[in-house]
Amino acid sequence: MAFTLGFHIILASLGVAFPAMMLIANYIGLRRNDPDALRLAERWSKVAAVTFAVGAVTGTVLSFEFGLLWPEFTARFGGVFGILFAIEGIFFFTEAIFIAIYIYGWKRLSGWAHFWTGVPVVIAGIGGAYSVVAVNSWMNRPGGFELAADGSAKSIDLVKVIFNGAVPYEVPHMILAAYLVTGFLIASVYAVGMLRGRRDRHHRLGLLIPLTVACIAAPIQFAVGDTAARAIADDQPIKFAGMECVQHTHTHVTEYIYGVCTDDGVKGGIGIPGFDSFLVGFNTDTKVTGLDSVAANDRPPFNTLLHWCFDTMVGICTMMIALGLWFAWAWWRRRDIPRTPWFLRAVAISGIAAIVALECGWIVTEVGRQPWVVYNVMRTEDAVTGASGVWVTFGAVLAIYAVLGTATVLILRTMSRRWREAGEVEVPYGPSEPAPPPAEAGG
Amino acid sequence: MSTADAVAGVLWIGATLYAVFAGADFGAGLWTLLAGTSERGRRARALVDWAIGPVWEANHVWLIFVLVVLWTAFSVAFESVMSTLFIPLSIAALGIVLRGSGFAFHKQARRLRYRRFAQRLFDVSSLLTPFFMGTVVGAIASGQVPVGNAAGDPVSSWTGPAPILTGALFVATGAYLSAVFLVSDARRAGDADLERYFADRAQVAAVVAGGLAVAGLIVYHADAKYIYDGLVGDALPLVILSAVCGAAVLAILWRGGRRGTRPLAIGAVVAVVWGWGVAQHPYLLPKSLTISEGAGAQTTLEAVLIVFAVAVLVVLPSLGFLYTLAQRGVVEEEPTPPDPAAGAGDTRA
Repeated sequence: MAFTLGFHIILASLGVAFPAMMLIANYIGLRRNDPDALRLAERWSKVAAVTFAVGAVTGTVLSFEFGLLWPEFTARFGGVFGILFAIEGIFFFTEAIFIAIYIYGWKRLSGWAHFWTGVPVVIAGIGGAYSVVAVNSWMNRPGGFELAADGSAKSIDLVKVIFNGAVPYEVPHMILAAYLVTGFLIASVYAVGMLRGRRDRHHRLGLLIPLTVACIAAPIQFAVGDTAARAIADDQPIKFAGMECVQHTHTHVTEYIYGVCTDDGVKGGIGIPGFDSFLVGFNTDTKVTGLDSVAANDRPPFNTLLHWCFDTMVGICTMMIALGLWFAWAWWRRRDIPRTPWFLRAVAISGIAAIVALECGWIVTEVGRQPWVVYNVMRTEDAVTGASGVWVTFGAVLAIYAVLGTATVLILRTMSRRWREAGEVEVPYGPSEPAPPPAEAGG
Repeated sequence: MSTADAVAGVLWIGATLYAVFAGADFGAGLWTLLAGTSERGRRARALVDWAIGPVWEANHVWLIFVLVVLWTAFSVAFESVMSTLFIPLSIAALGIVLRGSGFAFHKQARRLRYRRFAQRLFDVSSLLTPFFMGTVVGAIASGQVPVGNAAGDPVSSWTGPAPILTGALFVATGAYLSAVFLVSDARRAGDADLERYFADRAQVAAVVAGGLAVAGLIVYHADAKYIYDGLVGDALPLVILSAVCGAAVLAILWRGGRRGTRPLAIGAVVAVVWGWGVAQHPYLLPKSLTISEGAGAQTTLEAVLIVFAVAVLVVLPSLGFLYTLAQRGVVEEEPTPPDPAAGAGDTRA
């Protein structure tokens, strides 16, 4: 399940943010009467269709997995969090329909009418992200129900579930992450193209639009992430202790960058005395809860991994901000991207870096919550299925997703090659598809 | 009618929509599998591609809808079904993934070999999902799913005669619906030859599905007595309606007519699905869990109904808009000879 989600989160991010990029290109194209921007928007809409289609498939599998892998979890709390998925269903459906309308609408609707059919896609993407991430927030900060004697949920207050305590920081953090990943990923594709010498206006725009969005999002993300970390220190102190490898509860806690977590503290790594306490409470006197405040079996596993993932995520975000500042400086001085190829090289790796950061963040929130599936309410081991053969399924899922991932990348590459050869391509919603040939033609 | 019954009704609406739309969609896979490599088979495949292209995505949504409503409103039933019937449900999910990717990729694949492989993947997985979904329904109907986490037998629960026959019935029904739809699609595309081709197949599928349905009644009499009693009791009018609709489609097609076949075929399937629902009432899992026992908290049930109402208000108009556009697009685009780059060029390297 974690693996499926780790795969789905990339596609979902694209599903949330890609339509926005496409609409920005569309807007610029209509506003400035710019055929290059319009062509970008049209191509992006087709790429969005492919990733959306694969995302829909992985999403369907996920809804199966809730039952196949976590029947106890769903049985006890389905009535509590399920409604969020029902709401998500509406957003998903709306998004699917309007993506199809948008793609069908090219050349069939007038420019601005067509643009407006894309707007619901963006709104539905954000709404869908809200509902799904809110489920995860609820697992981190469960509320809006009481436990009955048999362990089932009663007195459910859905408003408190939908607007649970972790929503204000988790949801914006994920939506911004989606825009960051998508922005840097698209920009990196065009950066590679430019490095290979395709420096036409099409590539330049294809780089500038997503890069600008991502570079604006990066510092906001840093601030939101920082707020989130402080909130976690309050709400889930053990998760925070795991992220920062804090063994004992004390003040003046040293902040370690990387290093190996052991029971006697962090070995190796760069230590900044007192900084961890400062980050939590803006004062080195702040007391930070340590892992030893709870029993050993209530602590998250893989402590070093957790710590490294957190540091990597923060590190990548910092580098993204630096990249943004570099870009902003050059733009402010000469209305152009920095001349050195190193800038394009940096953008080229930023897409992968953004995905790494996304996955790291995912690991931090999920592994950090262990051993709980619902924080301090239900243990993961109590939630799993009683059916045997789960490992077989896991292996099969792994293999299929490897194929699915490779195939998706291959398809997108093929599309891009065909575009370069100035051909049209067909996509699942295919607007350009001809009707099948009558009897005498073809062959 | 209680709130729980209303939610169960909503669940059934979702199941009906899934049966009709996804059934037809999956059924198309059987026809592309059987189409072979002849020139006519190639054109039949191209027609299928063209017909299900724009809407194939939407069909999964009904399934997700059913699953979400089930786990939100009837969490215990969801847990019991998903854990006991782990194997067939996993295979059905596998079929969905493979089919979706096969369909998405076979148009894009450059080499003939990959394209063929993607097509085969699509064909075979189109059979897997409905068959194993059918075994799940058969297992539930024959009372093989007790309440609890993996409380039933992981294998024998869905390998009895009733589940297997139900699986076969699902495949046949999908193929039947799909052939009836494809007759109309062939007509829209102006291909009289394919129109006859699918009309013949629709009649064969109708006879097979009808035969399996009768066999199913006999097996249910032995294995799923509760459902059988319901089908010949309260649900009898629906069963008769279904039989009448199915026979009418057969008669129209046999006489060479086309008009009215689609609504009648849909009517036959809808009547069966609701017949099953009525026969099973008031049980969610026959003889072990009733709808009211399985229902979640009142607030949750009400919220599900509200969300459903909003969904109807938001989704139906936009869906209508999409279909209008799609139909208009079809009308605008005259059937054209295949573009060498397009998916229709299957026999070319």
